[in-house]
Amino acid sequence: MSSLFSFKMPEHGFFVTGEPMIYMADVLIVLVTLGIIFVLTYFKKWRWLWDEWLTTVDHKRIGIMYIISALLMLFRGGVDALLMRTQLAWPGLNFLNAQHYDEIFTTHGTIMILFMAMPFIVGLMNVAVPLQIGARDVAFPELNAVSFWLFFAGAMLFNISFVIGGSPDAGWTSYTPLAGNELDPGPGENYYLLGLQIAGIGTLMTGINFLVTIIKMRAPGMTLMKMPLFTWSTLITSVIIIFAFPVLTVALALLTIDRLFGAHFFTVTAGGMPMMWANLFWIWGHPEVYIVILPAFGIFSEVISTFARKRLFGYRAMVYSMVAISALSFIVWLHHFFTMGQGPWINSFFGVSTMLIAIPTGVKVFNWLLTLHKGRIEFTQPMLWALAFIPSFLIGGVTGVMLAAVPADYQYHNSYFLISHFHYVLIGGTVFGCFAGLTYWWPKMFGHKLDERLGKWAFWVFNIGFHLCFIPMYLVGLQGMTRRIYTYPAETGWGPINMVETIGAFIMGIGFLIFCYCVYYSARFGERDVTGDAWDGRTLEWSLSSPAPHYNFAHIPKVEALDAWWHMKKEKGKKKEKPEPYKPIHMPNNTGMPIVMSAFMFVAGFGFVFEWYLLAIGGLIGVLLCMLWRSFNDYDSHHYVSVEEIKKHEMAS
Amino acid sequence: MFGKKLRRLKQAAILPGLFLLLTGCAPIKSGVLNPQGPVAKKQLDLILWTSGLMLLIFVVVGILFVYMLVKYRAKPENEGYEPPEVHENKWLEMIWTAIPIVIVALIAVPTVTMTFDLEKSPSPHKKPLVIEVTSADWKWIFKYPEQGIETVNYVKIPADVPIRFELNAVGAMNSFWVPELGGQEYTMPGMSMKLWLEADKPGTYVGRSANFSGRGFTHMQFDVIAQKEADFNAWVEQVKKTAPKQTEAQWKKLLQPGLVGEQTYSSYPKLKEDPNMNHDMKDMDHGTSEANSMNHDMSGMNHGMDGSETMTHME
Repeated sequence: MSSLFSFKMPEHGFFVTGEPMIYMADVLIVLVTLGIIFVLTYFKKWRWLWDEWLTTVDHKRIGIMYIISALLMLFRGGVDALLMRTQLAWPGLNFLNAQHYDEIFTTHGTIMILFMAMPFIVGLMNVAVPLQIGARDVAFPELNAVSFWLFFAGAMLFNISFVIGGSPDAGWTSYTPLAGNELDPGPGENYYLLGLQIAGIGTLMTGINFLVTIIKMRAPGMTLMKMPLFTWSTLITSVIIIFAFPVLTVALALLTIDRLFGAHFFTVTAGGMPMMWANLFWIWGHPEVYIVILPAFGIFSEVISTFARKRLFGYRAMVYSMVAISALSFIVWLHHFFTMGQGPWINSFFGVSTMLIAIPTGVKVFNWLLTLHKGRIEFTQPMLWALAFIPSFLIGGVTGVMLAAVPADYQYHNSYFLISHFHYVLIGGTVFGCFAGLTYWWPKMFGHKLDERLGKWAFWVFNIGFHLCFIPMYLVGLQGMTRRIYTYPAETGWGPINMVETIGAFIMGIGFLIFCYCVYYSARFGERDVTGDAWDGRTLEWSLSSPAPHYNFAHIPKVEALDAWWHMKKEKGKKKEKPEPYKPIHMPNNTGMPIVMSAFMFVAGFGFVFEWYLLAIGGLIGVLLCMLWRSFNDYDSHHYVSVEEIKKHEMAS
Repeated sequence: MFGKKLRRLKQAAILPGLFLLLTGCAPIKSGVLNPQGPVAKKQLDLILWTSGLMLLIFVVVGILFVYMLVKYRAKPENEGYEPPEVHENKWLEMIWTAIPIVIVALIAVPTVTMTFDLEKSPSPHKKPLVIEVTSADWKWIFKYPEQGIETVNYVKIPADVPIRFELNAVGAMNSFWVPELGGQEYTMPGMSMKLWLEADKPGTYVGRSANFSGRGFTHMQFDVIAQKEADFNAWVEQVKKTAPKQTEAQWKKLLQPGLVGEQTYSSYPKLKEDPNMNHDMKDMDHGTSEANSMNHDMSGMNHGMDGSETMTHME
C-alpha cells in the first residue's frame, strides 16, 4: 500500500507503450476527440448537448444514450473479438503476443457482458417500459440519470485501461489467486474492479427504479396480469438485479481491499480462500446471465405477437416460466465449476437444478411457436431477429443441458464447446433480442423506420457469419481446444476449423457495419412514421406519436385488457367518449448533478486504480458534496407543462 | 422476398446436419471423440446419449418452426386475414411441460449415477498407481510417491492400470485435462483433489491445462505416455539408476514462474508441501538473483514462444 500523498507511477509507465496498434489507437482517440469538439463548436451545439441530453432526466433520452453507448461498446468488444480471431486463424501466428491476447480476451468478455449487453437491455427498458405501462416517466427520473452516468463513468474508466496503465488480463471471471496482487500486480486488474464497481452501483439503482416504477406507476386498470410481456420481464429482471448485484459489489470490494490494502480474503496465505471468489462471482454471474436474457425473451414475445398479428399464446405460462427461471437462476451457479471437486452430491444437485431450467424455457419456446400458429407472419426486420433467435437459442439451450450433465462437463469445461454454447445463448439470445428490440422501437425513438432492405442485409450477413463462426467451435472444443490459449501448434489439426471461424467472425463484423450504414441511410431517407403506430402494434407505446412527447401521455390511458392499445383500436367507434380537457402535467427538471457526480466517481475510481489516494479521496468528497447539494435542492426539481404546450404537441401529432 | 425465405429454410435445414456432423461422424476423430480409456469412454457414452436426445428436440422443434413459418407467412392470398385470438390450451401446455420433464429425467439419472461412479477407480479390482500432480506457473510436475521419482512436463503411466492423480497447485489454478483419457479436474493451491484415469493401451496422449493461469498458460501442454506395465517398470528402474536427484534448490526454482522443458529426476526432496507458496511469489516480485538466472535458462527453451516476450514477472 502506498502512502496517502504518493503519486507513484506503475512499473510499466503511465501510458501503454511498445505496441503499434496501441499507438494507432492513441492517434485515433485524439483525432476523434478533436473531431467531436470541432463539430460541436462549429455548429454551436454545446448548449444543445448539455440542455437536451447530458442533463436530461427523460427516460426516453436516457434510453437512447444507453443504446448509443452499448453500440459503441459492441464496436469495441467486436474489434477485440476480431483481433483474437485473427490471431487464432492459423496455427503459430504471431499477430498478438500472449500478454496482449490475455488482455484482449479479458476486455472482450467484460465489455460485452457488462458494458454492451447490460446497457443495451437497460436502454430498451428505459425506452419502452414507462410507455408500455402508461406512465410519464420512471419512478425516480433523476436517479435514472445517475444510473446511466455511473454506468458510463464505469465503462469509460474500464476502457481507458488499454492506453493508460494497461488492461486487466485475468479473464472476465477474474479468478483468484491469478487476479490477486501477487500474481498480477499493477493497475490492470484494479481497472476491472473499479470499473465494474461503479457501473454495478448504477445497475443496482436501475433495478430498484424499475421495480418501483412497474409496481407503483401502471395506468389505472393495468393489473399485473394485463402487463405487456416485456414489462413483466423487466419486473422480474429488476428483482434479480436487486438480489444479485449486491453480491458483485461485495466481491469486488473484497478483492479491491485484497489488492490495494493487502488483505487476504482470496489469498492462500492467512486463511484466505481463493475459491470463495469463484463462488461469489458466479452467485452474481449466473443470475446476471438471466438479467440479460429475460428482457430479450420479453422483446421476442412482443415482436412475435405483433408480427404474427396474434395475441401471445399462453401468456400466463410465459409469466410463470419467467418467474421459475429467475428463481432457478440463483441455485445453479456452481455448474460453472463442477471441475473444482465439490464431491458427487453437490455436483449432482447443481447438475440437476441446471437441467430443470430447460423445462420453463422449453415451455416458452413452444408458446412462441403456437403464437405463430394460425397467425399472419410478416417478415419485418425485428421479426427476422426474433425468429432467428428460436433455432439459435435452441442450439445454445440444448448444449447447455449437455453441459449440465456433470461427467460430460468434465470433458467440455473451458473448451471451445463451452465457448460456443455461451455465445449461442448470448448472441442468439441477448444480441438478437437487442437488435429485435432496437429495430422494433426505432420508429418510436426517432420517428422513422429503419430501411427494410438494408436492415435485412445486415440481419442475414450477421446471421450467416454467426453460425459460421460458432458452429465449428463445438467440434474443435471436442477435439480438445481450450479457451484462452493464444496460439496452438499445427499438429493439433485445428487450423482449418479456426480459419472458418475467423471468416465467420469477420462476416459478422461486416453485418454490423451494414447495420451502421442502415442507421445513417434511414435517418436521411427512411420512411417517416406519421401515425405513431408503425407496426400496427398492440401495446400502449404505439398509441403515442413518434417520437413520443416528453411527457408521454397527455391523458393517462385507462386499461381494460391485455394488449391495451390493440383492444382500444378494436373497441374504437363502439363507444364515443368526449375527450377530457388537458390538465397541467407535473414533470421533473433536468439536472446536471448526475453527470457531475459521476465525473467525480470516475476521478475517485481512477485514483484507486493507480493507488493515488489523495485523488481518490478528493473524488469521493466530490461525490458526497453532490449528494449533499441534491439533498438541499429538492424544491426546484420539478415543473408543470402548461395546457397550451400540451395542446401544441397533441395538435402536431 | 421469397428468396430470403428460402435461404432461411436452407439455413434451418443445414443446422441439424452440421450438428450431426459434430456429435458423431466428425472427420477428424481426436480428443474427446477418440476415447482411449474407460473414463473417457463412459463420458463419451453420456455425451452421445445427451446429444441424441437434444438432437431429437432440435429436429422436432425445427420441423414445427419451419412448418409455422411456411404455412402461416403473410401472402397476398391471405391479405386481410384476421388471426383468431386464441390464448391458452390447457392440454397442449401440459404436454409440452411434461415432455421436457421426461427428457430431463432421462439425462439426470445417468448423470447422477456416473457422477458418483467417477469418484471410484475405473477398475477397482486392479491395484492403482498414485501420481501426485503439481501445477506451477507454467509447468506440470509429476511425483511418483511409491517409486520416488519425478518428471516434469510429461508423465509415464502403465497401460491398463487405474491411475489415481492427486492434484495440487502452486501459484494460479490450472485444470488437468487429458481429453482422450477422460475429463478434467482443477489444480488449486491449498486444496488437494483427485482424478481417476486409465489408458486402455500403450500410446501417447496429449494433456493440457484447461484453466487460464497467466502468460505462459498456452504452453502448459504435456504428454501422457502409456506403456505396457513391464516397460513402465523398466523405465522406472532406469530413471532410478540414471536420472539426477532433485535438490531442494532445484525444486524451489521449478516452482517459480517460467517455462521449462521435459525433466526427469530419480528422487525429489521430501519437503512438507508448502502451502505458503506466497513467500516464493513475493521473492519473485522483487526480482531475486535466482529468479533472474532462471530467466536465462528459459530463453534456451522457448517452446515456440515469440521472442518479444519475457516470461517472468520481473519487468
